[in-house]
Amino acid sequence: MDPIIILQAGVASGTVLLFATLGEVLAERSGVLNLGVEGMMLIGAMTGFSVTIATGNPWLGVLAAMLAAGLVSQIHAFITITLQADQVVSGLALTFVGTGISLVLGEGLSKAGTVSLMPNFSIPLLSAIPILGPIFFTNQSVLVYIGYLMVPLAWYYINRTRPGLHLRAVGEYPSAADALGINVFRLRYAYVFVGGMLAGLGGATISLAVAPGWFSELTTGGQGWIAVGLVIFAQWDPIRAAVGSYAFGALRRLILDIQGPLVLFGFKNPFYYNSSLGFFLQMLPYAFTVIVLVIGSREAIRKRLGAPAALGNPYIRGERGK
Amino acid sequence: MAESTLIKKRFPWRLKLEPRLDEPSTLLSLLVTLGAMVVALALGGVVIAAVGGNPFVSYAYIAKASFGDAGVLSDTIVKATPIILTALACSIAFRMKLWNIGAEGQFIMGAWGASAVVLAPLVSAEASRWLFIPVMALAGMSMGAAWGFIPGYLKAKFNVNEIISSLMLNYIAVSWVNFWIFGVWSEGGFQMSPKFPVGASLPRLSEYAKTIPAFRGLTTHAGLLFGIVAAIILWFIVFRSRWGYEIRLIGDNPQAAKYAGVNIIRNTIFVMALSGALAGLGGMSEVAGVVRRLQTSPIAAGYGFTGIIVAWLAKLNPLVIIIVSILFGALILAGREIQPSGIPKMIQGIILVCLIASDFLLRYRLRITRGEE
Repeated sequence: MDPIIILQAGVASGTVLLFATLGEVLAERSGVLNLGVEGMMLIGAMTGFSVTIATGNPWLGVLAAMLAAGLVSQIHAFITITLQADQVVSGLALTFVGTGISLVLGEGLSKAGTVSLMPNFSIPLLSAIPILGPIFFTNQSVLVYIGYLMVPLAWYYINRTRPGLHLRAVGEYPSAADALGINVFRLRYAYVFVGGMLAGLGGATISLAVAPGWFSELTTGGQGWIAVGLVIFAQWDPIRAAVGSYAFGALRRLILDIQGPLVLFGFKNPFYYNSSLGFFLQMLPYAFTVIVLVIGSREAIRKRLGAPAALGNPYIRGERGK
Repeated sequence: MAESTLIKKRFPWRLKLEPRLDEPSTLLSLLVTLGAMVVALALGGVVIAAVGGNPFVSYAYIAKASFGDAGVLSDTIVKATPIILTALACSIAFRMKLWNIGAEGQFIMGAWGASAVVLAPLVSAEASRWLFIPVMALAGMSMGAAWGFIPGYLKAKFNVNEIISSLMLNYIAVSWVNFWIFGVWSEGGFQMSPKFPVGASLPRLSEYAKTIPAFRGLTTHAGLLFGIVAAIILWFIVFRSRWGYEIRLIGDNPQAAKYAGVNIIRNTIFVMALSGALAGLGGMSEVAGVVRRLQTSPIAAGYGFTGIIVAWLAKLNPLVIIIVSILFGALILAGREIQPSGIPKMIQGIILVCLIASDFLLRYRLRITRGEE
């Protein structure tokens, strides 16, 4: 029950949520709500794990995971952007398809032996920083470090670059963006693809780094949905997304660790002596997601922050066919 | 000008999309839905073939294993019964564009509520069915309604996204039931409650085999009646009552509903609670009719999620839901013996995708025109 170790492991498991949440932030910023994150993560976890077994190279696994989840995301893109169907129903459908296909193709994977996993290492100077060093920079997976880099990168991209401006324009005011010559349809397809790739990366992070292996649907255990919830808490901002993801990662880790010791804060540990109480601990991440949603939604109302204005709406061009 | 004539010469036909101004006919709607199902089965077949299976053998097996004789047909109906109720639950919420994804959790809590009547015990074990069944149904519906009320209330009061909150409550419900069956109600350390007394069970057809020999071995139970009666009542509510009109109005055009003085906040909470109550009744029917004890593995089997697809496939029509549920009951029944075991789930997903995509054909008219126009 060393808090440093819990936080260190929390950062690792929060990286899963971070990738998925960042991906969804980008897709939603372009105006497409994709509820299929859970399904895309499962596709990513399954593909990443099986390609790594087949080739022995986890990097190929990660690449394949991102590509596979990105391709699956294009089903949603086609249905919602081109066919203009309801984004909610299509996203749900994508979760079903992703779950189903990963179960069928992943059959037998759970029996697979060990695979060469993603390498862990410490960053020389940074790991010497007291408290922060051991938590963030000591013996973490390379994917965790990639996660650190991605947060400022995504923030800078969205808020300070020209393509980022286009992205926001497409999500806030697609007809104006269209009038400026930005291809709304193509950009939305692209960001749904990027969102899918990041969800796939999140899935691969589970099956290759955080909890290696393939355990059918239990691999993700609803983390895709937690990520969708975190986007609302994050107010579509990468930095807040990171804070939320790491906090949730630490919570998940704490729940595992709290059941171990015989003595908790000087008392007999009730979770150790009565293991069925542990089910209340298992409820916590889901209960906290609901609480986080309530806080996020209230704050959004109070500060008049909001979702991208065009989120959830298909873009239909004024003059069609010209 | 020159360019357009060039295109005209090279390719004289043009595909044109026109939004339909009138409602598509029932026949067209039916044809498109059937077409989507066929495409979905074909796509599912491709994946089955990709993992080395023979899709024709698989599909033929599914048909035979679920409709082959009276015995399996009866089992199919047993599988369809919980789906009818969860699909009804989803359909009423979806009418109002409330995305209740929590039917699974509401179903599980319904099963828990009904079990609490037996195990707490609120009703003594010697009581007759006439006491047990109404109390259990009421308890199941109230627990389901409570589980639907939470996301409804949060949506109405704090604008919390009901998709995620209702989904999170699914996971909480599973843990909640696990706590009871692993701890308080565990039977000798096993992960299940003791078996219910006879009074706390829904009668099965096989119980009447003495008078009607043809019923021997048939497992269809009285929960089916709950499903059918609920479907009929819901049909009247949606299409023949003032409340149903309000629900449909909010779903179609919330702005107009607001101007017409419909109370959206109250309806959001009511509809989510009603939706939860229906799913909860499904849980009660499953626990009293099939499992006859509380345990998570056969109860939390994804009926809530199948309900979403069935509701959509039935175009939210309560009576059509009964028929579609039986088809899906067949898929689930036969799927249990099929390898890989993920096939039924995958096919369900692909059906939903094709269905949504096919809606495009109902909203737009494809017209092939010659040349310019």
